[in-house]
Order: sequence, then structure tokens, then C-alpha cells
Amino acid sequence: MLPLASSMDFSLGSELAIALALGLGFGFALERAGFGSARKLTAVFYLYDMAVVKVMFSAVVTTLAGLYLLSSGGMLDLSQLYIEPTNLTAQIVGGLLFGAGFVVGGYCPGTSMAAIATGRKDGMVFALGMLAGVLAYAELTPGIDDWYKATALGELTLPSVTGIGMGWWVLVFIAVLAFGAWGMARLEQRFKHLRPAS
Amino acid sequence: MSTLTQARLGVGRQADRSTAQPFMNPYLAGFLLGLVLLVTYAVTGRGLGATAGFAALATWLTGLVSPAHLQASVVHLKYWNDGAPLLNWTLFLLVGALAGAALSGWMGHRFSWTIERGPHISDRRRLTLAFAGGFVSACGAKLAKGCTSGQALTGSSILNVGSLVFLASVFAAAFGVAYFVRKEWL
Repeated sequence: MLPLASSMDFSLGSELAIALALGLGFGFALERAGFGSARKLTAVFYLYDMAVVKVMFSAVVTTLAGLYLLSSGGMLDLSQLYIEPTNLTAQIVGGLLFGAGFVVGGYCPGTSMAAIATGRKDGMVFALGMLAGVLAYAELTPGIDDWYKATALGELTLPSVTGIGMGWWVLVFIAVLAFGAWGMARLEQRFKHLRPAS
Repeated sequence: MSTLTQARLGVGRQADRSTAQPFMNPYLAGFLLGLVLLVTYAVTGRGLGATAGFAALATWLTGLVSPAHLQASVVHLKYWNDGAPLLNWTLFLLVGALAGAALSGWMGHRFSWTIERGPHISDRRRLTLAFAGGFVSACGAKLAKGCTSGQALTGSSILNVGSLVFLASVFAAAFGVAYFVRKEWL
């Protein structure tokens, strides 16, 4: 029964080996998608290249559908998967800060690895900025973890909040992706003049 | 023009770009990324992440500089791991990601020792903004308990409401700020 971690005890060594192997696939997929390039990543915010949304949304649909199929087939226990408790204030304020940092810095934490691995100096500087950011955060906000726990709403998912089953959401997400693909192709056509020459 | 002069003028960099292979079809790349995330869920029961790796590195650095300071910080103690902060799951994931991206870049001839920026901004200014953006992103990711990997991808895939709210907030802010930094990219 999956997830494996629910029925097996991995040693620290094998856990870290698994992390390395999964990271290999993660970084490979990110670089293939073009996410080692800040210009490719930020292009989405000027609408001339929607690759970021295309990649992210099709990844989400793939994983969502896969989790649903595995659990309906009795091979995966969804209740064993970790769900981060929702804290709306934290996710909204944190998301706004993160989004601003993304378009100004050109990367996000994962994609900066793809940038560094392919020689992008700005990716290295972005990662240094992140390191400085987590250091500053640790100094300035020691009480924020307690606040997060005290004000969190608990483990909320669309099925648990709406009462509409996961299978229906899989269909909704596939429909949104299909319609979105059509819409994004039109956007890219409409804004192609914004693509820089070099 | 000699090759040396070309390299100095950055002409070589342009030549590198012209031999680089195009990126993968985005829907196919997304499918690949989704499979990696699905396997991660199936094996570990948790998804991907990235920011925690940076936090573990920060804790390790703090421990090198001032062990007493580290012991007084609740945030750092979470990543202390009984004195072995570098043996962090997400940090190993990041090291793997570096190797995987290097492999993909090497296969596609996309390695290029360069600075990603639009044609109308200086390298120096771009690097300053890269640092500032990294700093702000890290604070946002810490507050939201995840970044594009840990919240947006991992959480959305299991229909986590907080993750979907995070994703919407990220795009709202980025689209809003994009206008003001258009000289950096366009």
C-alpha cells in the first residue's frame, strides 16, 4: 500500500538517497521546461510566453489524476498524505510577497537550482538573496510559528470544504486545462510583440 | 575578429545560444514534472519542496558562526537535526535537482555562463534585483509555509485550499508588480 513511507521505515541514508534521486528528476524536468532561464519564467507575466502556467497546470493535473486513480484502485491511501494546514492570512500575505519576489528576482527557489546548474549568474545571486532572506526571517520572526498554528484553519481541501468528490475535481481541472490551453495560445498570439529581440 | 575579442565582446555568448536546443513542449514537460511529484507522493507521502533546504543551510551557517545564538532561535532549532542540519531531506533534493538540471542542460547544449536579463538593463542592476527578489521570496515562502514547489505544485495537486489561495496570491502580486519592472525583462 502506498505511500511506501506509511508501511516501511526508511533509514536516514535511504531517505536521503531517495531525496537525491527524486531531486534528479525534479531538476531535469525543470530545466527541460526552460525554467533555468529567468526570461522564460518571467515571460508569463507579460503574456507572450505562457510556459510557466502550462507546465505548472499540466503537472498539477497529472499528479491529481494519478493520486485519484491510485486511490480508487486501492493502491494508495490518500489519508496518509501530508496536507499543510491552511492559514489564509499567511498564504495570502506570503503569496503576495513571494509573487513580487518572483517577478523582481526572476526565479523561485526550485528553479534557481536549474539556473545555477546551467551557468546563470543571476540564479546564483537569487539563491544568495534567498539565503539572506531565510536568515533574516529567523532573526526577525521567532514567534510566527506559534501564531501560524493558533490561527490556522486546519487541513482544508476542496473536497472537504465543498463536499464535491475528488473525481469531479479531476474532471474540472482537466476541463480548465483544456480551455486554458486554448486561451493561452490566443494570449501568446495577442502579446507576441512584447518578446524581446535578443 | 579573433576568438578572444569575440569572447570579450560577448559574441561567443550569442553563439552559444544559437546552438542551444529548444525547450521541451511545456505540456509534456509538465506531465514529466507531474510524474516526478506523483512518485514523490507515492514513496514519501509528502510532496516536493525547496525552501526548507535553504532554511537548513541557513541553520548550518548560523551554527558555524554562533552555536549559542542558534540554541536561542526557535526557527533555527527546527532544522538543527541534532547537530546535523545538512542531512536535511529537502537539501538533498536540491542537490539532486542541481545534478538533474545540469544533466538536462548538458544534453540540450544550454549551459551558458551568462546573466538573464532584458536588453535595456545593466548586469549590475539585474544582479541587485535578483538578490532583492530572492530575499523577498524567501520571506514570503517562509510565512506561507511553502514556495512554488511545496505549496503551489505539491499542495494544489491534492486540492489543498491554502495552496490554491497561495498560488492565486503569487500570480496576483507578480502580474501587479510586472508592470513596474518591465525594463528588467522587456
